[in-house]
Amino acid sequence: MTATMSVALTVNGIPVSRMVAPRVTLADFLRFDLGLTGTHTGCEMGACGACLVRLDGVPVHSCLVFAVQADGAVVETVEGLSENGAIAGLQQAFHERNALQCGFCTPGMLVTAHALLEKGGVPSRDEIRDALSGNYCRCTGYEAIVDAIAAAARARAGAEAPHAEAEA
Amino acid sequence: MKARAFAYARPRTLEAAHAAFADAEGDASYISGGQSLVPALAMRLQAPACLVDLGGIDALKGIAFDDGVLRIGALTRHAQALSDPLIARHAPLLTAAAPFVAHPAIRNRGTLGGSVALADPASEFPAMMLTMDATMEIFGTDGLRDVPAADYFQDLYQTAIEPGEILVALKIPGAAPGTRIAFEELARRRGDYAMVGSGIMAQVDDGAVAQIAIGFFSVGATPVRARAVEALLTGRALDAAAITEAQAALDDDLDPPDDTQVPAAMRRHLARVVLGRLLTRIAGTPGEAP
Amino acid sequence: MNIFDRPAHTRGSPMDAPAPHQSHAGAGPHAAAGPHVGRPMPRPNAKRLLAGRGKYVTDLVLPRMLHAAFVRSPYAHARIVAIDTEAARAAPGVRLVATGADLARLCTPWVGTLDHFAGMKSAPQLPLPLDTVVWSGQAVVAIVAETRAEAEDAAELVEIAFDELPVVADLDTALGPDAPLVTPDFSDNICFHSAIDAGGVDALFAAAAHVVEDEFVFGRHTGVTLEPRALVADWDPSEEKLTVHHGTQTPFQFQDLYSRHYGIHESRVRVVAPDVGGSFGVKLHVYHEDMAVIGLTLLAGRPVKYVPDRLEAFVSDIHARDHRVSARAAVDADGRILAIDVKDETSIGAFSTYPRTSVVEGNQVIRLIGAPYRLEGYRASLDVVFQNKTQTSQYRAVGHPIACAVTEHLVEAAGRACGLDPFAVRARNVIPDTAYPAASLSGYRFEKLSHEACLASLRPLMDYDRLRAEQAMLREKGIHRGIGIAAFVEITNPTPAFYGVGGARISAQDGAIVKITPSGEVRCLISVTEQGQGTETIIGQIVADYLGVSREIVKVITGDTEVTPHGGATWACRGAGIGGETALQAARKLKHNVLAVAAAILQSTPDALDLIDGQVVERANGALRMSLAEVARIAYFRSDTLPAGTDAQLTVAHHFAPSGYPFAFTNGIHGCHVEVDAETGLVKILKHFVVEDCGRIINPLLVEEQVRGGVVQGLGAAFLEECRYDEAGQLTNGSLADYLVPMAVEMPDILIDHVETPTRDTELGAKGCGEAGTAAAAAAAMNAVNDALAPLGGRLTQIPMTPARILKALGTF
Repeated sequence: MTATMSVALTVNGIPVSRMVAPRVTLADFLRFDLGLTGTHTGCEMGACGACLVRLDGVPVHSCLVFAVQADGAVVETVEGLSENGAIAGLQQAFHERNALQCGFCTPGMLVTAHALLEKGGVPSRDEIRDALSGNYCRCTGYEAIVDAIAAAARARAGAEAPHAEAEA
Repeated sequence: MKARAFAYARPRTLEAAHAAFADAEGDASYISGGQSLVPALAMRLQAPACLVDLGGIDALKGIAFDDGVLRIGALTRHAQALSDPLIARHAPLLTAAAPFVAHPAIRNRGTLGGSVALADPASEFPAMMLTMDATMEIFGTDGLRDVPAADYFQDLYQTAIEPGEILVALKIPGAAPGTRIAFEELARRRGDYAMVGSGIMAQVDDGAVAQIAIGFFSVGATPVRARAVEALLTGRALDAAAITEAQAALDDDLDPPDDTQVPAAMRRHLARVVLGRLLTRIAGTPGEAP
Repeated sequence: MNIFDRPAHTRGSPMDAPAPHQSHAGAGPHAAAGPHVGRPMPRPNAKRLLAGRGKYVTDLVLPRMLHAAFVRSPYAHARIVAIDTEAARAAPGVRLVATGADLARLCTPWVGTLDHFAGMKSAPQLPLPLDTVVWSGQAVVAIVAETRAEAEDAAELVEIAFDELPVVADLDTALGPDAPLVTPDFSDNICFHSAIDAGGVDALFAAAAHVVEDEFVFGRHTGVTLEPRALVADWDPSEEKLTVHHGTQTPFQFQDLYSRHYGIHESRVRVVAPDVGGSFGVKLHVYHEDMAVIGLTLLAGRPVKYVPDRLEAFVSDIHARDHRVSARAAVDADGRILAIDVKDETSIGAFSTYPRTSVVEGNQVIRLIGAPYRLEGYRASLDVVFQNKTQTSQYRAVGHPIACAVTEHLVEAAGRACGLDPFAVRARNVIPDTAYPAASLSGYRFEKLSHEACLASLRPLMDYDRLRAEQAMLREKGIHRGIGIAAFVEITNPTPAFYGVGGARISAQDGAIVKITPSGEVRCLISVTEQGQGTETIIGQIVADYLGVSREIVKVITGDTEVTPHGGATWACRGAGIGGETALQAARKLKHNVLAVAAAILQSTPDALDLIDGQVVERANGALRMSLAEVARIAYFRSDTLPAGTDAQLTVAHHFAPSGYPFAFTNGIHGCHVEVDAETGLVKILKHFVVEDCGRIINPLLVEEQVRGGVVQGLGAAFLEECRYDEAGQLTNGSLADYLVPMAVEMPDILIDHVETPTRDTELGAKGCGEAGTAAAAAAAMNAVNDALAPLGGRLTQIPMTPARILKALGTF
């Protein structure tokens, strides 16, 4: 009964199917079955946020979902969000602001930030910090990350509403 | 930190789930959102031979208001408690509590049913079920049965759910027009389990408390209703004197555990502080018509 | 366009012009900044990480690779009576099971002492224990299987019979008259004792107008790098070659250790450190499992991967701090601090960590206390004490947070005793900026520090007077805000006078190879390493400026013993100070060679030419003569056209070791603004402020992020982080759910300003900035909390300042 099972899902727009043991988490499946090592594991218990991916459109901890549970689901990782340009503005802002050091938390931070920005508008610093409440970063002290997300949100809002460009 | 091997089943009906559980001869766990179970599996604190995933069962889904009762399917995600208009209208205490439950990504996956079935005494939603006098709808060998919250929470992680039974829905009496609510918890970091937390719903008529329900979490082995305080306040005006008396009376309602981070005496103190703050808010906030 | 609306006084936004720092040493060789050094440049290597294309050891998969897991001791101190591995060996996927005895046949023991710490002792260690476990969580048996999950399955099948032994789980037990011995071969539990007495202390205390004193407790905490330690060890029996992919700061140190302890020729040991998910000192120590994995690959003949999971990390990564300090200061009637007398007792693990020991922290505590101030007398004693707990060793800002918190608490108390404001009491006591060079009574020699300039900068940065007025106003409303400041001195850039003299093969020098490629581009292979702080970026900036090319064409390569010259790598803030100077000198040497070749081609002289932005120009008038690419083309492909005797050396190797002051010292001052909820004991950190002087700033964007990250690690220690043990020596909060790390919501924005006092020991003038944030954050926070609590009669001298401790201090329960 603990034998491998077939799982079919869409990852970064590409249908994949594999045989997988039920105990394999989605995180390990992405990292080692599919080679998508942009998703990281820092605690394997949902406390650090390094493993966040989009599952059917919302961020979840891929360490807290078994791959077999994602059968039929749509999964997007940092690789997919990079390739389709969804997080290009965030990546640029993170780079310019140096909102990362070792980079291990960064994919999770980007997944969280992307979901926050999807809601539209320009979140306040407190709202950004609240959204990041489950994403641990040991290197930056967070401020640069907050700055970068705020900048990306402003840039996005500015692009959507040209009259708001006055902001420095 | 890898889970021990297990078999996996994803039934489509309650009956099939029940059968899958029975097939494992008791060595099975149901998984809903999995946000508490998967870490326990990863740490090998639990190692069932079979994991029965409830995620594909339509009977566990949906939110509906009918005949004065809000019925929330067990698979409803925490995030929906934040955003669902029916919940906001008829069970505003849940909406108020939801932002304090863990972190956004956990809320995207965790389910209300899973939280109430686990019945962690430090969790927000189980305590709010007790506060709102909710009824748990449970599927067992004899079909569906209803268990009121007062009978549901029995001991640490122990509920009225028998092995193999499935929590189907949370049935919450719709908040009456003018119900005042307030929620607060004291946690060291955003999303952490609270040192102490509480939610209150009250009816205040002509300046006096007509009805009040006060639920605490992180104060004992189960969620706790402050019934002595409720009795004391009913019929009283919520003035400073009443609030002070209520804080003093709270000791009778609580028997908190001792631990090095939050000693029992400190927990009692924090509970009094939270109660005082919430009652002050209740006294000051006119009810919003649901 | 600058898309970042940073506060004006937070310099170093990416698009800003070079920040107008206060230059404290006047014009010197350092003033000649090129187009790159001194500018806030983003990191080229960050783009890869942003796209999820990092290459961490945890990601690595090699052909034939196996996975290790370990069976750990559930007891803090016990004798191993019997080990039964039969069922584990038969479990699915298992390829190897090894015990202490198996590995002891391959690996020689190590002892974590250094010669210059006279009298220190520590028991010999092996990868896995032979007969006794000395902390809960110690690895006892290694399992190697096809997958990590199968290795964990088999680990559950190992049966070990233990006989429990008395546990030493706290300082008083360890030092008690009938203390159980952590190491039975020793007569007591003292690893190391040290004392400093500059003389005259008793007389100064006897004559003092005021004596202020307190006892302090600094909780044990740990590094919690987001990527755990990780290594993949790959023994190739056909070539007798060991390759270790290792998430570490110090590849050469491990090359040496693996070579010597496993008897493999150094030339056949390669250590590669690719992207490393944070280190902060955690990943430069010897860990038993890591040493075991080398033996496991030797036994298996296949690559073996080991990544401790987070639970394993909490019981096996080094811990740090864990000090109990009693301290007093003699103060004259004017608020001058005359003398400090201090006793530090610190609990380490059951042995001293290898190869850097577990006594450096205590040693730095007693040498850094009082460092910013003029003292007439200083006396200190240090006891480093064994316990049955996880080993402790150097973690970011080694000893500094303790020395700083003790000192700054005493300074505050001195100010209170004499009616002096925190700024005033420090202004009265700091070593004046004009008084350098100076020395501390503990023996440190300071080339030049800038406490007065930093104090002067902090006050407006904090808007101190407004905060005080606001504090008074809010107090009337029952809101308790507090303001704390703390000055620090940071020790950086050790010369061989430290580890070298102590007998450790830890290099104080660094080496670089810089070469012109055939296309006229540049590669720099250097021994300092990158863990995200921006090492490669600043080395590129330096090479670009001192060679005379654009940063874009400089490729910097680090972290591979087979590729770069030998060197000490990145720790103790030495990346910029020593690595940077190495790169500078190498680039200058290469520039000389390039101009020599160009001169030969152009029938000119090297002195008449210069290299600017990749073009050889006339030094006198800037007239373009030829491109670097053309020089390279001729040198590599048409050497036949060069004049006879032209020596075209377009690759240079260069080493640099600091030889002036034994250490470089930096300094700065922090401010912290908090609001304490006196009913709940919860503290909101409203804002934190830092004025720091790291010498010459190579890249303000990176300096400021080093400082901010450091501050948050310091604030974590101040309020949240603590490894809690019970009386049986069990770690009771060893998971990321229970050990509270600082997260975004609770951490403040951090305003930073700079004073620049370059060192004259190097041409570059950089000193280092990695510890500046952590050094004083907790001290400033403690002073701020105590400032808030003062009217309520509470005072804390223990970190972390938890709600329970704050409410206790207030007498709430």
